[in-house]
Formats: sequence, C-alpha cells, structure tokens
Amino acid sequence: MSTIETQMLEVSLGPQHPSTHGVFRMDVVLDGEYVVKLKPVMGYLHRNHEQIGEKMTWLGSMPYTDRLDYFCSMTNNWAYALSVEKMAGIKVPERAEYIRVIMAELTRLLNHACAVGFLLSDCGAWFTPVLYALRERERILDFFETVSGARMMCNYMRFGGVRVDLDEQSLAMARAIVARWPAFLDEFEKLMTENEVLLARTQRVGILPRELAINASVSGPVARASGVAYDIRKVDKYGVYDRFDFRVPVGETGDTFDRFMIRILEMRESVKILHQALRDIPSGPCIAPESKLRGFKVPAGDGYGRIESPKGELGFYLVSEGGAKPYRYHVRPPSFVNLTILEDMCLGHKVADAIIILGSIDIVLGEVDR
Amino acid sequence: MDVCGVSNFNVFPCVNDPYLTQYLFVAVFVLVAVLFPLVPLALVRVLAPRKPSPTKNATYECGLVSKGDSWIQFRAGYYLYALVYVIFAVETIFLYPWAVAFGGLSFGAFVAMMVFVLLLVEGLVYAWAKGALDWK
Amino acid sequence: MDAIYKLIQHYAPKIPDLLALALAVLLPIAIVMGVFLTVFALLTWVERKALGRIQNRRGPNRVGPVGLFQPVADGLKLLTKEDIVPAAADKVVHFLAPVLTVVPAFMVLAVVPVAKGFVPVDLNIGVLFALAVSTGSVLALFMAGWASRNKFSLLGAMRSVAQVVSYEVPMVMAAVVILMAAGTLSSVGIVEAQRGLAGWFVFKPWGLVAFVIFQLCAMAEVARTPFDLPEAESEIVAGYHTEYSGFKFALFQMGEYVAAITMGGITVTMFLGGYLGPGSDLPKIGWLVSAGWFFAKLGIIVVINIWARGTWPRVRVDQLLGFAWKLLLPLALVNIVAMAIWHFASNKLVGWGASAVVLAVAIVALVKINTGQTFEKRSYRFIS
Repeated sequence: MSTIETQMLEVSLGPQHPSTHGVFRMDVVLDGEYVVKLKPVMGYLHRNHEQIGEKMTWLGSMPYTDRLDYFCSMTNNWAYALSVEKMAGIKVPERAEYIRVIMAELTRLLNHACAVGFLLSDCGAWFTPVLYALRERERILDFFETVSGARMMCNYMRFGGVRVDLDEQSLAMARAIVARWPAFLDEFEKLMTENEVLLARTQRVGILPRELAINASVSGPVARASGVAYDIRKVDKYGVYDRFDFRVPVGETGDTFDRFMIRILEMRESVKILHQALRDIPSGPCIAPESKLRGFKVPAGDGYGRIESPKGELGFYLVSEGGAKPYRYHVRPPSFVNLTILEDMCLGHKVADAIIILGSIDIVLGEVDR
Repeated sequence: MDVCGVSNFNVFPCVNDPYLTQYLFVAVFVLVAVLFPLVPLALVRVLAPRKPSPTKNATYECGLVSKGDSWIQFRAGYYLYALVYVIFAVETIFLYPWAVAFGGLSFGAFVAMMVFVLLLVEGLVYAWAKGALDWK
Repeated sequence: MDAIYKLIQHYAPKIPDLLALALAVLLPIAIVMGVFLTVFALLTWVERKALGRIQNRRGPNRVGPVGLFQPVADGLKLLTKEDIVPAAADKVVHFLAPVLTVVPAFMVLAVVPVAKGFVPVDLNIGVLFALAVSTGSVLALFMAGWASRNKFSLLGAMRSVAQVVSYEVPMVMAAVVILMAAGTLSSVGIVEAQRGLAGWFVFKPWGLVAFVIFQLCAMAEVARTPFDLPEAESEIVAGYHTEYSGFKFALFQMGEYVAAITMGGITVTMFLGGYLGPGSDLPKIGWLVSAGWFFAKLGIIVVINIWARGTWPRVRVDQLLGFAWKLLLPLALVNIVAMAIWHFASNKLVGWGASAVVLAVAIVALVKINTGQTFEKRSYRFIS
C-alpha cells in the first residue's frame, strides 16, 4: 500500500495554538494524520526566574515562587520554605504544619480538577468539564482569598510557618469545601469515566512504559499512572504527612486514561487527608517565634528541599554563602521534567492524540520555562 | 400548489413541460442562493477597512513563519473508503427506484434485490476482513 | 407557487403577467429564506444560551433583552471587520468557497415542507434532491481548506472529505426504508404517508433505527460535535476556515448552521411526521398550526444537536470512519431487511415483533464486534 508517493507535513503546533496550555510549541512532522517526529520547543515564557532568585533576599523570592506553577502557588511556597528551613534549621510549629497540609491538599484538589477538565477540553468537549471544574476551583480560591488576601498569587508561607493564622470561620469554610467535594467528584466521574467517546480516545493512547518513566525521572501522577509507586509524601514524610491515613493510587498501563484516573483517585485521597487535618488541627502559634522577616540570613551551605506538588516532585536547590541572598537558586520543576518524554509517548499516534497526551501530562508553562 | 405530485398548472407560460417548470424554479432558487452571500460580501468591500500588510497576510501557523508548502502530496489515508463509497453510491441509484416501487412489488422482487445487496455486502465484508476499513 | 400566482391574479388582475410570475417565484423563496434566516439567527442565540446553561454560565445577556440581539450585533461586527486573504492563497477559490458553502444549505430548503400546503417546490424526487444537494457543501469545505494554503486548513479539508464521504452512505441507506414505506420520493408525499395514530415513521422499529442512524449522519455531515473534526478547535486551530475572517467566516458559520437546520428539517419530514400534528388539518388556521408543529419538532432536533455539543468529547478520525462503515452501514442494511419483514408479515403484530427482534440482534452483534477489544476495565493498586 506504500506505492503512492506522499510527502510529510511539517507543522508547528504553538506557540499561538488553542490547546498547548500556554506558549508552548511542538514542532511536529506529520505523515497524513500520524505523528512521525515531535520536538517540544520551550522557553517562550522564560522570565529569568533563577537569576532573579539570586538577586533577591531569601524572603524576597517567596512571591516569585507563586509565579512558577501559577495554578499551585501554595505548594510552590511550601517547597521553597521547606528548603530554606532545612538549611537554616528552623522548626515549624505544629499548627503551621497542619495549615500547610490543608493548603497543599486543597491546591492538589483544584489542580487535578482543572487538569482533568482541560484534558477533556483537549478531547473537544467544548469547555463543559472545565467549567464544572472551575466552578469548584472558585470555592477554593475564595478560601485562599479569605486567608491570604490573594486568589492565585497567595504568597502565604513564611520560613518557619505561615503568614496568617486560620480562624474558626475560615476553618469552617474549608470544611464546607471538603464536605462538598466528594459529591462533585461523583458527578464528575459519572459524567466522564463512563463516557465511551472518552474511553475510546484515551485508552491505550500515549503509553509511557514503567522503565522509561523511571529513567526519565518522571514524577507525580504521570509516573504513578505508569506503575511507579513513588510519592514524596510517603517517601520523605515531610511536614506531618506521616500522621495521616491515606493511600497512593498506582496504575499499570500508563496510558492517558490511567493518568486521568489517577488524578481522580488522588483527589479522593486528598479529601481523606483534608478531613483528618481539619479535624486534628492543634492550637498554637502559626509561625516559629525565632523566624525573622527582616535581616534574615541562612548559614553557609547548600540544601535541597522537595515536596510532592500536584504535578510531581517540586524541588529547590539552594546554596548560601551566609548572606542575605542565596548564592545559587535552582528549581526542579515537575512539568519541565515530565515534558521531556513527550515525543516518546506521541510517536505513531495521530495529531489528535498528541494533543491529549500533552494535556494528560498537565504542564504549566510558568514552571516549565521559569 | 398541488400537494400530490406535479401540478398541472403552468407558471411559466413559455414552458409546457411541468417538470421543467419545477426545475426552472429550482434554477431561480440556486440563483438567489448564490446572490444571497454575494450581497453582504459586496457590502463588506464598502464597509470594512482594508489595510493589508505582509505580516497580516502571512499564512497562519501559530505565530511562526510557515515552513514549507502545504500544497503537497498529502497522505490521505482513506482512499479505500472512497472506493467503497463509490460502489455504494452506485448501488443507491439502483436501490432508490426499487424502494419507491417496493409497496407494489412481489416477494420475488424483494429477494432479487436482496441478492444484489448481498453481493455488495460481501464486498464490504471482504474489505472489512482485509482491513481496508481501518484508517492507515 | 401556483397558489400564489393564482392569488395574485385573483386579487390584483391588473398586474402584468410577467410581474405576477416573478412574484410567484420569488415570494416563496423570500419567505423560506427569510424564515430560516430568522431561525438561524435565533438558533445562534439559543445555542449560546443553552450551552451557557449546560456550562453554569449565563451566555449572552448584554445586547437587548436577555441578549436577544446578540446575533444582530455579531452580524454587524463581522460586516465591518477587515477581510484578510493570505498572500499565498489561491484568491479565486478562497473567495468562492464561503459562497458555495451557503448555497447547498439553502438549496435543501426548496423541498422542505414547512407547513401544510407550503413547500417552495414539491419535486417528485424531493428527498433524493435534498440528500444530493446537501453533500455539495463538502466541496466548499475542501475548496476552502485547499485554497487557504495553510497546513491546518489542509488537515481540516482532508478530514471533511473523509467524513462526508463515509457518512453519506449510511445516511442514504437509512433513508431507503422510508421510501419503501412511503412509496414516493416527494417530501410532501412522505409526510402525507405518516398520517394516522402513531403513523410517524419514528414509531416503527425500523423507523426508529433509521432515525437514529440518519440523525447521527446528519450531525456528521454538517460537522457538529462530536463529529466536528474538520474544524477541531483543540487540534487544528479552526480547520478549513482558519484563514477566513470577517464576513467570509460568518458565511461559513451561517452555512454550517443553516445546514444543521435544514438537515433537521429533512429529518423531521422523513421521520417525525413533518408538519403533521393535532390541528394541522383545521380549515382556516391549519397552515399556522402545522407550521407550529414543524418548527416545534425542528426545535427538538436542534436541542439534541446543542446538547450533544455541550456534553460530548470529539471522536478521533479513525474511530469516526470506523463508526460509519462498521456499525452504521451494516445496521442500515439490516434495517432494510427488517422493513421487508415488517412489510411481508401476515400479521402486523408479528411483523412488528419480528423486525424489532432482528434489529435488536443486529445492534447487539454489531456493538459487540466493534467494541469487543476497545474498552478495558481498569483496576488500580493502592500503596499506603
């Protein structure tokens, strides 16, 4: 059947494209509808984040971390705070640890809901699932706003704790969100996981083998969908995660459908954590008394702090010379690392599949390009 | 307007054939349908601004300069579908008059037609078994 | 049109014959196009409102009461927008494509009986005409895609050809049973054949199956979600009309919407009893009641279209074609046999039951063959 001579079509999807999740570009070579070559091109949103981090004071970088993965400012804050606390040896009060867990898990809920929604949008579901997800995200953003004063760029955490304590009213608000979430998930799942078109589109599409996932140091839901049982909340037990009873879902096939389902299952586990955290939250100070805002210095040395952000392993590698600024400030963004295996997943599939595979990795360009 | 079949009243005095009358009407309809989009397009020439520039008139490719031509020997991947389509389109020509006359036909006539359809179904099954109905 | 000619001659005998003639020809065209353009404008509003409702938002609500004048505002805006033609494009074909996309959509209107005693022209091959003409739009889409000289347009054009070619076949085959039952190709004749209690063809087992096949194919033919691959926004930007702006873009939208409405009109005519309904035969106001019935039924079809758009993801191109060739087409062929069983059965009840059983078996078997290997039940491990 290959007697007819045909030519390849070189298309660049992005940077101005409806579903590349920002200014991301894929240079694709197409044979008919099939992808025979794919090159991810990044850097359109490069903002010199790491250099700025080295010019700012330690605390001055905190608001900048919000802009890394602009969906999940809370977890970005935490990862940075964790690294600095590790180097400076600051002990975080228990209440602050609980508040951080609450914020991080709420962030996970909103991120996964939107990621799944956008994935459906990439499948062509005309924004309906996204808007359902955004409706719920709105409640969480309202909560963030009440607590921190900002909806997305929260700048909430400080070295040694959090900026503002949660009062009873905002705790009740969080409880209401968490109580509502399973109902939303049930509805979401009923509408989507039994949809034949979605199953046909996602199953056996974009399979990421377990070995490749490990070799490419993929992390987060993408790795877990491929059968890598690796969750830093379990491995490092940072913060107070060892006190909660929760499970980590792990898939087998590692296709787009698994990545979709893992996120749904993780949301259910996050709800469990939130229930426990909101029940057990102790009283006490929300920030370590020895933590200084002005003239804060970190003893010379280096440190790497990492957390399980909704997208994977988010780490900060910092080097201090003992001064008011870091000597080296490096971010290990999960989206960026997860994006490197895009070509391996897309080859041999169709253009339409390449789009949803990209959607299933769940990238945020602010973090990829920094 | 006559509801059942062709009217015997002739609206175009110069044409005697009642069928032709109807198709003349259709011809007028085509004319109107073609003119309809042309009027606003003419209006656009008057109303809309015209400021062409090389950048604006470049081919859109997500904000980059388009590389290579798009008038290529594209691998369509579905020419086998097109072949099967032609077969069934021709079959339709035979099937429709038969279907219209079906009410007055005998069982034998039905069987005869089914044999004809079955021959084509056989072709469809063959194409299916050969994998011609899978997108390649 | 004869009726109008007679009316003119009756009430105004002084008018010259040629003028009366012109009026008799142009008036029905003007009426149908006027009515359907209003419906089109309303539909864009209804669609946006309904999608808004599905998606937890309000939809248009600023222009006029409840945003009712939004279509007017859109039209005016698009009229005054610059018309950008890419320098690399084939200018003539690029210009002709949007014009040609509107023509087939309107041509179908010529044979749709919108009310009792009102059909612009009652061709004796009405349904064949409608099916044949509506396919013409694919030519316009391909012209647009090819002439734009844009890679996304090319992909969209190629997809649209594959799609229309594939869905034409089951669509035509689904219509065969209607012709067998009605014994005519005339659209008015088909409506009249559906008189009587539960006489609509959709209430027969073969009619129901044909209706579903036809409706799906109609959605595919006018490229509505979940079959909107030629303009798949998330994949190929806007498909064949990527390079169109201003009113040419509006013409594509209009062509698509009017085609959706007119195909709905054909569906209503063939399966839902057209303008028939209680009161459609009343002496004086029968035409009004019957028009009401027609548009009410059309509304149902339109709502089904919008609902599908608001809720379903898009299928992939190979799945799209497989669906047409491996499921709809065999089912449509079995449907012809089922219709014959219904027709030749000695007893109506036996015929009903037998054809229903045949169809049920066929549907189950075909679904089994097609989905056997596709869907997997997944289970997930949990590490704690």
